[in-house]
Amino acid sequence: MAECHPVGFQWIMEAKARGATLIHVDPRLTRTGALADLHVPIRAGTDIALLGGLINYVLSNGLEFRDYVVAYTNAATILREDFQDTEDLDGLFSGWQDDTGSYQTDSWQYEGTGVASAAGKRQQGAKEQSHRRHATGRGHEHGSHGASLQGLHRMERDETLQHPRCVFQVLKRHYGRYTPEMVARVCGIPEDVFLQMARAITENSNRDRTTAWAYSVGWTQHTVGVQYIRAASVLQLLLGNIGRPGGGILALRGHASIQGSTDIPTLYNLLPGYLPMPHPDSHGSLDEYVADDSADTGYWGNMRSYAVSLLKAYWGDAATADNDFCFDYLPRITGDHSTYKTVQAQLDGVCKGYFLNGQNPAVGSANAKAQRLGMANLDWLVVRDFSLIESATWWKDGPEVESGEMRPEGVGTEVFFLPAAAHTEKDGSFTSTQRMLQWHHKAVDPPGDARSDLWFWFHLGRIIRAKLAGSTSDIDRPLLDLTWGYSTHGERDEPSAQEVLQEINGWTADGAFLSSYEELKDDGSTACGCWIYCGTYADGTNQAARRKPHTEQNWVAPEWGWAWPANRRLLYNRASADPEGRPWSEKKAYVWWDADAGTWTGHDVPDFQPTKAPDYRPPEGAKRQDALSGIDPFIMQADGKGWLYVPAGLTDGPLPAHYEPQESPVPNLLYGQQHNPARQMTKRGVDRYNPSGDEPGSQVFPYALTTYRLTEHHTAGGMSRWLPYLSELQPEMFCEVSPELADEAGLQHLGWATIVTARSAIEARVLVTDRMLPMRVHDRLVHHVGLPYHWGSNGISTGDGANELTHLSLDPNVHIQEAKALTCDIRPGRRPRGPERLRLVEDYRRRAGVTDQTGTAHRTTKEGGA
Amino acid sequence: MGLRETFLPWPALRQAKAALRGGDGSGRGSSARSRPTDRLQPRTETSDRVVDSVCPYCAVGCGQLVYVKDEKVVQIEGDPASPVSRGRLCPKGAATKQLVTNPLRETKVRYRRPYATQWEDLDLDTAMDMIADRVIATRRDTFVETDEQDRRVRRTMGIAMLGGATLDNEENYLIKKLGTALGAVQIENQARI
Repeated sequence: MAECHPVGFQWIMEAKARGATLIHVDPRLTRTGALADLHVPIRAGTDIALLGGLINYVLSNGLEFRDYVVAYTNAATILREDFQDTEDLDGLFSGWQDDTGSYQTDSWQYEGTGVASAAGKRQQGAKEQSHRRHATGRGHEHGSHGASLQGLHRMERDETLQHPRCVFQVLKRHYGRYTPEMVARVCGIPEDVFLQMARAITENSNRDRTTAWAYSVGWTQHTVGVQYIRAASVLQLLLGNIGRPGGGILALRGHASIQGSTDIPTLYNLLPGYLPMPHPDSHGSLDEYVADDSADTGYWGNMRSYAVSLLKAYWGDAATADNDFCFDYLPRITGDHSTYKTVQAQLDGVCKGYFLNGQNPAVGSANAKAQRLGMANLDWLVVRDFSLIESATWWKDGPEVESGEMRPEGVGTEVFFLPAAAHTEKDGSFTSTQRMLQWHHKAVDPPGDARSDLWFWFHLGRIIRAKLAGSTSDIDRPLLDLTWGYSTHGERDEPSAQEVLQEINGWTADGAFLSSYEELKDDGSTACGCWIYCGTYADGTNQAARRKPHTEQNWVAPEWGWAWPANRRLLYNRASADPEGRPWSEKKAYVWWDADAGTWTGHDVPDFQPTKAPDYRPPEGAKRQDALSGIDPFIMQADGKGWLYVPAGLTDGPLPAHYEPQESPVPNLLYGQQHNPARQMTKRGVDRYNPSGDEPGSQVFPYALTTYRLTEHHTAGGMSRWLPYLSELQPEMFCEVSPELADEAGLQHLGWATIVTARSAIEARVLVTDRMLPMRVHDRLVHHVGLPYHWGSNGISTGDGANELTHLSLDPNVHIQEAKALTCDIRPGRRPRGPERLRLVEDYRRRAGVTDQTGTAHRTTKEGGA
Repeated sequence: MGLRETFLPWPALRQAKAALRGGDGSGRGSSARSRPTDRLQPRTETSDRVVDSVCPYCAVGCGQLVYVKDEKVVQIEGDPASPVSRGRLCPKGAATKQLVTNPLRETKVRYRRPYATQWEDLDLDTAMDMIADRVIATRRDTFVETDEQDRRVRRTMGIAMLGGATLDNEENYLIKKLGTALGAVQIENQARI
C-alpha cells in the first residue's frame, strides 16, 4: 500500500501513530513492510492457507465474536445432508463433474431452500439447470448481491451453533487441518510469526476494536482469486469486522475510475448497477429475466424497478410496457465473453474489430504475445491513448517483428490511432476505490486532434445513427431508438458530461431529478442509467462536485463528493450496532437506533430502512426488504445475513480451500487435489503451462515468480513511461532476487538476467536484495523472482514486459489471470535476439517435456470423480 | 551596475550585514535571501484561475488543483481541502502536470493501412467517418439473431471494446450504451485484469 497507494497509506501511518498494529503480508519486504510492526513473508499463491490458518485459530480457540456471528451471519443455517466437503473428498466438494470440468452445485445449498430459477424449473428441472448455469460461466452474475434463494421460510437455523450440519460446524471441520504447522509448511511463514499475527488480529477484534484488511491484485490475480477474498470475508465475519468503522476488506484499486467502470460497467457480464446481462436460457423476456435473477427477499427484490428504469434511460419513449420496455434490444451473453475469450475469438477470426480506450493489452494483459497475435488477425483496430503505446505499434516494432514471426507487409489489420484528451481537458467524474464519485472540471482545451472519449463515443454514435437513418432493418432499431440527444458546446462540439451524469442519476416522467433509488418504479415512469448512482444529481445539483473542506465537516466527510449508494460511506453499517440497535461500544459507535425518534441515526447515512426497528420481524409472506428482520444488516442478501458459507453464486466451492497455483514449485500439502479443479485454461499452442509440484520437468522451472507495480509507474505504462520525471525515477525493467538465488543462479547485481517460462523469455537488470528472501516450504527452499510489469518497448523508459511470461489460466468465477504466482527459470545474461529467443523457449519446453496436456488436468485427486 | 550586484551578493558579507542589522547571524532565513529570490513568484500565485480536479492515476482519488495561465496548465498541486488526501500527492500524482503538458503526447490522428509499413496522416473527421463505416459493415456482417443452438441472442461477436478504468463514469456510460445498442457484448476493461 505504501508503494502503490502512498497517499492512502497516510491514514495507516496515522492509525499506527495512535497505537494501531500494522501487519504486512507479502513475499517481498516493501516500503509497507518497512513501516509495519510485523512483516509476514509468504510464498506467492498461498494466502488461502494463511487465512484458513487464521480462521482455524479463531474457531479452535473460541475467539469468534459470538453475538455478531449468531445474529448477523449464516453460521446457524443448516446445510443439506448430501453436501460433502473437501475433508470428505480430498480437496473437492460434492457435485464435481469430470465431463464438463465444473461443479453441479445443488448439494451446496441450505437445507430446505433452493436457488434454481422459475424459468429453469419449467425448462429442464432445477438440478440440471444449476449445473448448466455454472458450466456456462454464470457464476459472475451476482456483482452486488447474493444469489436469490427460494423457500427461505423453510430455512433451518440452530442458534446454539451445535448442529453438525450448521455452517459453523461445517466451517470448523473444513478448516481443522489449517494448523499453524501446516501454514508454516505451505506458506513458508514461521510458526511464531503466524501466531504473533493471529494473536494481534484476534485481540484487536471485539466490541471496542476492529481490524481491517486491505488488499489489491495480489489477492485477485490467481486461479482461485475470488476465494481469496471469500476467505478474508469468512475471517472478518467471524471476528465481527464487517459493517463497522475501522473494519472491512478494502480493495485498493489501481485506476482512477476502475470502480466506476465496474459500477457503470464496461464489462461483458453486467449492465449498469450490477444488473446481469441477459442470458437466452432463462431471460427470454423481461418477466423471466426479473424472475430469474431477482430475489423475493432483500433489496434485490426491487430489481425490476432498476431494470425498467435503465431501459427507459437507454430507449426513452420507445420503451413501453407493451414492448417489454425494449428488453429484446439487449444482446444476450451465452458464456464467458471476457477479454481473454475475446483474444481467442480474435485468434479464431471471429472478432474482427477492436477498440482500445486507454488500455494497453500488449503490455498490461497476460500472455502479451497472444494479445498481439489476436490484434494481428483483426480487420481493424482503433487505439485511443496519449501516445503511441505498444498496442498501437506492434505491427511495426513488436517482439514478433523482431523474432521474424510477423512482418508488417503480412499484417492486414487497419489501425487508427486517435489521441485522447487528459482529465484536465474534460469534465467528468471518477469513482474512487471507496465508491466515491468526484467531479473534475475541464481546465483547458485538448491539443490538436486530441478529444475526450465522451466526444469520441458520442460522435461515433451520432455518425452511425445518421448513416443508418431510414433503415428498416430490425437490427438497427436499438441504435435508431437510442436516446442520444446530448447537447454539445464549443468549437469541438464537446458533448455535455453533466447531461450524461443527469441521465445516470435519473428523472421522473416530468423531468424532475430523482434523489434516491427508493423512488425508482417498475412501470416506466422513471428513467435511471445506473440505479446505485441515483441521487448523485439529487436536487438538480452535481453532488459529485461538492468540495466542502474536511476541516469544515465531521470525520466521515459526507459533503465531499458523493458515495454510492445514497451517499453512504460505510456499507452494511447496521452491523455497527448490536441486535438491539445499540452501538457495540461507545468507542465504535457509528449508526444506531434512536427509539424515541423511531429512526436509525448516526455519523453516516444508515444502510437500513430508516424506520425499521431492531425488533421488527417480517410477517408471513413479506417481500423484498420487508422480508428482512430488524437484525438483518446484509440487506442485499436474500436472507439478510453475512455469508460465511456461500450456498449459491460461486463456481468453485462454497468455502475457500487452498489449491496450488497453475504453476507451483511444490505439491499441494493439504489435499490430493493440486489445483483449483474448476479453473479455466485456454489449452492453446500460444499458452503452454510449466509442469508443477513434483511432476517430471518441473525442475526446469524451479523458481516462484511474482509480479507487481512500482510507486513511480502506472500499470502498463501509458501514463508514466513517456514522462521524463517518472522515467528518471524508475528508468529500466529489473528483477528482484535474493542473494541466495543470485549465488545459485550465478546472477550479478546490476548485471543482466534472462527469465524463462513455457511462453517466452525476457531480460531484466538484476537487483540482488534481501527484501525477498528464500523460504522453507514443505521439504525444500523456495526462491522467488520478482518482476514489475510496467515495461514495453515504447516511451522514454523501456524494457521487456513481464506479461510476455504470464499465461491464461484463469479464475473460473471472474476470469482473471494468475499473474501473481507462476514458476520460471532465471539465468545470467541478456536474452537471445531475433529467432534465437524462440529457440531458447522451445529448448526449455523440450527439456521440461511440455505438451498440450501439461498442467491441464482438472481433477488430480482420486476422490470425487463423476 | 550597482554596488549590491557586484559586491554584496557574497554571502558572508550579506550575513555580516544582516547580523549587524539584527537579522539572523547564522546566515539563514532572511539573511540568505537575495533580490532574485525575492523577485520569484510561484506559478500558483500568478495563474489566471484554479480548477478543481482529481488525480488521474490510482483509485485513491486524491484532490488536485489545476492552475491555468493563458489557457495553459502551469501547475498541478494537491488540494489541501480533500478529506482523502489532505493536499498530498505521490510521485505519479505530483508528475501530473508533465502528463498533461508532455510534448511527447501525440496530438494528430495516425493511420496505418492494411499491410503498410508506416503510419500516415489522416484528418480527424475522415477518421471518424471511416471508423463508423467499419463498425456498420462489421456489425452487418457478423450480427446474429440466434446462436448455433438456435437461442435468440441478437448480438455481434465481431466487435469488441477494451478499456474504461482510466476514463470518466460518463464516458463508460456512453461506451456501454452505444456498445449495447450495437449488439456488442465483448465490452471489457482493466477491472478484469
